[in-house]
Parts: sequence; structure tokens; C-alpha cells
Amino acid sequence: MEKTNIKKIVSDGLLYKNPILVQLLGICATLAVTTSVTNGIAMGLSTTAVLVCSNLFISLLRKFIMKEVRIASYIVVISGFVTAVELLIKAFLPEINKSLGVFIPLIVVNCIILSRAESFASKNSPLFSVLDGLFMGLGFTAALICVSAIRELIGAGSLLGYRILPESYEPALIFIMSAGAFFTLAFVVAGVNKLLAVLDKKHRKEEQ
Amino acid sequence: MEFKELLLIAFAAIVTENFIFSRFMGICPFLGVSEKPSTAAGMGFAVMFVMTLSSALTWLVYHFVLIPNELEYLQTIAFILIIASLVQIIEMFLKKFVPVLYRALGVYLPLITTNCAVLGSALINIQKDYSFIESVTFGLTAAIGFTVAILIFAGVRARLRFAEPPKAFRGIPILLLSAGLIAMAFSGFSGISL
Repeated sequence: MEKTNIKKIVSDGLLYKNPILVQLLGICATLAVTTSVTNGIAMGLSTTAVLVCSNLFISLLRKFIMKEVRIASYIVVISGFVTAVELLIKAFLPEINKSLGVFIPLIVVNCIILSRAESFASKNSPLFSVLDGLFMGLGFTAALICVSAIRELIGAGSLLGYRILPESYEPALIFIMSAGAFFTLAFVVAGVNKLLAVLDKKHRKEEQ
Repeated sequence: MEFKELLLIAFAAIVTENFIFSRFMGICPFLGVSEKPSTAAGMGFAVMFVMTLSSALTWLVYHFVLIPNELEYLQTIAFILIIASLVQIIEMFLKKFVPVLYRALGVYLPLITTNCAVLGSALINIQKDYSFIESVTFGLTAAIGFTVAILIFAGVRARLRFAEPPKAFRGIPILLLSAGLIAMAFSGFSGISL
């Protein structure tokens, strides 16, 4: 029983309920910070850290939080952790702080975190909640890396700041600009839709 | 002079640095409530109301409570609490006085709390060191920009209903593609130097 549950948490977080690609939560951060892979990874990992901590705490407190004030309590817990992450990044990674800017404090209003608190951590044990936070966060990070890699490669001809495509390649600037963010995400989500449809078909065939 | 600066802030917030198309804040309600122009307008007005008030309140709290007590590092927590309680008050107000709008906005009203545009504008006000008047102007005009964007998008969406995109693109991807096209149109404004 326990084993299947963990397996479900892992596959849900990474693919079937991927926060960005399937549930389409936290799109704002996704579109804004994916101009380079470095930014994508930094954003993904900070969100994961907040998600794990807030899931753990909300799960521990789930029997004490009154139903009527639960959303407000979740937001206080979440913003506490976001402030901690924000201060740590400011102190140790000033470069990242500069490029992510206002989007670090905005992790507070990233719908993924509140949605996991409400739909998972408030009903499950701390261990599972931490795992759920971890894999949802990793799924989020993976999606960010995917979108930012496409944008950086086509829009600047580089990956992680290193030039990959030959000098003769003229970068398509539109992919770094805001319109490119929408286009790239649209194609990635469409790709995942297709993949899920294929997997679903295969699954049904096996059952027959 | 003062007036000219306010005008510049307003123009940037509505057009060149539109919250949806260039800052990417408030995308969730933008995709969620843009099905019909009427609900889109309702959401837009709700956001305008919340954002103007929250800009004023957060500025006052930051400058008269947090700074004198050297608690600037608590700004995120303080701001989100102010916004959450404001939204709660507006919800009660609409429920009592404008029940039609209350029913139309339904689940999206409490979601203004997690609309990053509202917290975003409060944080940008502090980051850019705006004065009180400038903050309120920025909050109001950024919300007007949001409303303009969501209304345009609702219009585009009405046409999309008759389109037949490939299967994988149905639903969200085609919406994102259309939003991208509008964003492209908006990026044309960025040539205007202020």
C-alpha cells in the first residue's frame, strides 16, 4: 500500500499532475523567469524549497488549524518560508537576486504552493507531504528547465550562458521577449498533451 | 512637473509595461476569467478596486509601521495579509450589495489574493521608491492595464470558439498562442521612449 502511494506521488509530480504542464498553475513565474536556464533552475529550486517546508509544516499543523481560517494560516506559513528563502538568496546569491528580482517574494502567491497545501498537505501525514512537495517542486523545476532551455537556445543561441550554436546563427530575439514566452509554453504544453494522449491509449490497449 | 511624471507612470503601466504582456503578472485570472467579456470586465473592476486600495495601504504600512520599527524584512508577510483581508472585505461587500456580480465572479474573487499582480504592484512601489501619490497612480493604472488586456483577450477568445485547432492544441495551448500574438502587438509599443 505504502509503496504504490509513493510511486503515485512521484509520477503525479513529475508528469501526470505536473504543476505547470498539466495543472497550469504558477504560469506567471514560468513565463517571466524562463529567459535563461540559470534563472529557470534558480526559480525552480527556490520554489521547491518553499514547497517542501510549507508542506511539512502545514501537515504537522493540520489538526490544529481551524477550518474557517485555514487559507489565511497557510499564507502566513508560506510567506514566512518565502521571506527566509528571499533573505538567503539576497545574502549568498546576489546575482540571482538581481535577475529574478520581484519574482522571489512573489513565490508567496504561486498557486502551486497553496494548492498543494490545500489539496495534499492538509490531509496527509508529514512524510508523504514532504515527498509530495519535493516531487511537485522537481516537476515544476523540470518544466521550467524545459521551457527556458528552448527559449535560451533559440533566442540567444546559448545554454547556461555558454554559446552552443555557431556564431553564424542569428538569435531569434522574439523568444527572449514576452511573446516568445507564450509561444514556447504553448508548444511545450501541446507536446505534453500529445504525450499523455499516447500514454493513455497505450494503457487502455494493455488493459484490453 | 509632478503631473507629467504621473502621466508617464500611467502610460508605462497601461501600455509599454503592461502587467500581463510584459511583466507576466496575473496570468491565472487572465486565462481563467476571460471566457466572457462581462465576467472579464467584472474581474477587471474588482482588481482595479483591490489594487488601488492595496497600493495605498501597503505604502502607508511600509512607511509608517515597518520602517520606524526596522521591520522592512517583514514586508512580504505584511503585504499579503493586508491584501488577503482587503479581498475578504470586498467579497462581503459585493455579496451584500451587488449579488449579481458576486455570483458572476464566483470562485475567482478569493483568488485575487493569490493574483500576483496585486502583491507585485505593492512590491514594485517599494522597490522603485515611489511617493504615496505615485504608488496609488501606479496601482490604479497597472490595474487598468490588466483590465484592458483581459478585455481584449476575452474578445479574441469569443472568436476562438469557432476555430478548430489540432487536437493537442485544444484548450490552454491555443489560448497561450493567442495571448502570445497579442503580446507581440503590445511589444510594438516598447519602441516609445519615455
